[in-house]
Amino acid sequence: MRELTYNEAALEAIAEEMRRDPKIFYMSTDALPPLLKEFGEQRVKATPITEAAFTGIGIGAAGCGFRPIVDWRQVTFCFVAMDQIVNQAAKIHYMFGGQVTFPMLFRASVGGGGLVAAQHSQSPYSMFMNVAGLKMFLPSTPYDMKGLIKTAIRDNNPVISFESSRLMGRRGPVPDEDYTIPLGQADVKREGSDVTVVALAWLVHEALAAAEELAKEGISVEIVDPRTLVPLDKDTIRSSVRKTGRLVIADEAGPTAGFSAEVAAVVTEDAATFARLKAPVKRVCALQVPIPYSPVLENAVFPDRNRIIAGIREVLDAKQPAAA
Amino acid sequence: MALSTNLSPDKQREMLRQMLTIRRFEERASADYLAGKIYGVVHCYIGEEAVAVGVCTALGGNDRIISTHRGHGHCIAKGADLNRMMAELYGRQTGYCKGKGGSMHIADFGIGMLGANGIVAGGISIVTGAGLAAQMEGKGGVAVSFFGDGASNAGPFHECLNIAAAWKLPMIYVCENNMYAAQTAAAQTHALPDVAARAAGYGIPGIVVDGNDVFAVHQAASGAVDRARSGGGPTLIECKTYRWRAHTERKGQPDPRDQAEVEAWKRKDPIALLERQLRDQGELDDPGLRAIEGGVMSALEAAVAFAEASPFPLPEQATDDVFAA
Ligand SMILES: Cc1ncc(C[n+]2csc(CCOP(=O)(O)OP(=O)(O)O)c2C)c(N)n1
Ligand SMILES: [Mg+2]
Repeated sequence: MRELTYNEAALEAIAEEMRRDPKIFYMSTDALPPLLKEFGEQRVKATPITEAAFTGIGIGAAGCGFRPIVDWRQVTFCFVAMDQIVNQAAKIHYMFGGQVTFPMLFRASVGGGGLVAAQHSQSPYSMFMNVAGLKMFLPSTPYDMKGLIKTAIRDNNPVISFESSRLMGRRGPVPDEDYTIPLGQADVKREGSDVTVVALAWLVHEALAAAEELAKEGISVEIVDPRTLVPLDKDTIRSSVRKTGRLVIADEAGPTAGFSAEVAAVVTEDAATFARLKAPVKRVCALQVPIPYSPVLENAVFPDRNRIIAGIREVLDAKQPAAA
Repeated sequence: MALSTNLSPDKQREMLRQMLTIRRFEERASADYLAGKIYGVVHCYIGEEAVAVGVCTALGGNDRIISTHRGHGHCIAKGADLNRMMAELYGRQTGYCKGKGGSMHIADFGIGMLGANGIVAGGISIVTGAGLAAQMEGKGGVAVSFFGDGASNAGPFHECLNIAAAWKLPMIYVCENNMYAAQTAAAQTHALPDVAARAAGYGIPGIVVDGNDVFAVHQAASGAVDRARSGGGPTLIECKTYRWRAHTERKGQPDPRDQAEVEAWKRKDPIALLERQLRDQGELDDPGLRAIEGGVMSALEAAVAFAEASPFPLPEQATDDVFAA
């Protein structure tokens, strides 16, 4: 199969959808050259640096029958548009009794690794998960990216595409033919029987490397990639944990009230899954600090394959909670 | 073009020294970035040095400024220590931010430099708070917001100009109009060519100056400082200038600008202009220039040596300073 980068897969999905549906248009500071070239300035708009304004403009156009794509570039830059995201986009369909739909795709890169310090290395998706009325996903492969973006563009709700900046140039197979991936469907990226690792984005790849390493010792790791954050595929996560009895959650964001906390709750609040747990749930996350610049400090903050391995060993060594 | 000023020759030579310091510092930062000794992202100010130096020369030690993502020039013009600046770029413990900030986040509150900032227009309200503080302190201090043409389209610019005008805050808003916001030309995103024209909407003076003429910038800033100190309220100064280098130093970063346009602006080099002016006045000769250059280079070499000799932070320091004691 041919290969595309993560970023190319996103652009290909968008271009295909824009060809299919003339109601789709694109807004970002700096027009993306390949889209601008194909679709022209009417449909690919370079905005002033006004995220609050062009997010709101997107909402208005969506309510009037268009399907805007609002590209904030880095998630960092959408914080100036929080009113439009939280008070408007997320609530407007519900608040007005479902009269009209607001189909929108928001794009936002997340994550660290670039040594660009606190403001430009953020993974704040759980802040958005906390807002009812927004769907969102965070893919780990070019294949998932393309399929999820297409679904999101066709969805009649605001959907945020969180995109890992560490993965932008990473290649992977993407079929030629049209396909979509439903929102809310996790993907088991590796099957195993001793421990479940639920990981997101870049950490899916780190978890795969960790699993490969541990396989040499006969430890069998199952890796679940939720792909979609809202709606979350609870069934796949729970059934994996019921099988393995152990759970490690790997997330590039900090742990506090985070995605990892949500997954831990999803597993422990389900009686059938809880009953099968052989060890406490382990979270392998970033430290709960703003991300520092210096490489020594940045490395100290982010989880990686070694910390996932350490986390897995910890749950394998742990006693069953009831027996403790 | 002839520059004119009534500043003393010593002061003029000092301005030249500062502008040269900014340029050489950034030439070094760019080279060290490409060599992998400086990380993340570096935005160079080269070509715009007259703005920071012209404005800061009009300020006193107790006045405060805020910067942008393109912050080295403002730091140097306000008197920041090159050693600690370079150490910050190198990610060392001895840097201004203990290695936590890097190029985009250098601050020195001790000299009234309230920080470079990675969010476009993010500093405008913060420094308006410094203007409010100066007004409440009642000691005649002023505050200066440096920001780009791109930032002038963002909400905080408009919101703060209105508040500062309504409250008569001792503010100077300095728009560095280098005609581009990242890859997008200002002509595509601005309804009017002059940002300064917007001042009329807030009932304050809006002045357009040649941002490559350090004396013109200085003169406009001095007038605005006088007005602010005497309770007259804010001024908007738009400095027309140009960045010579790409938006960032990142490898492979495209620069969509017309090369002829870049070359034309390089012929209006603010440093060459000032140098020629000093020579024409008989205030600078070859040995004099060599002495200034030599001083700049030895300070820069000392800063690099300081940075290189400084230790990296310890991993456990990642959790320091999340909360104040
Ligand atoms: C709120 C926000 N949106 C987008 C960005 C990305 N960005 C960084 S610099 C820049 C262009 C800024 O242009 P301008 O204000 O003219 O300053 P210049 O770079 O020309 O000095 C953009 C869009 C950002 N940092 N913050
Ligand atoms: Mg600009």
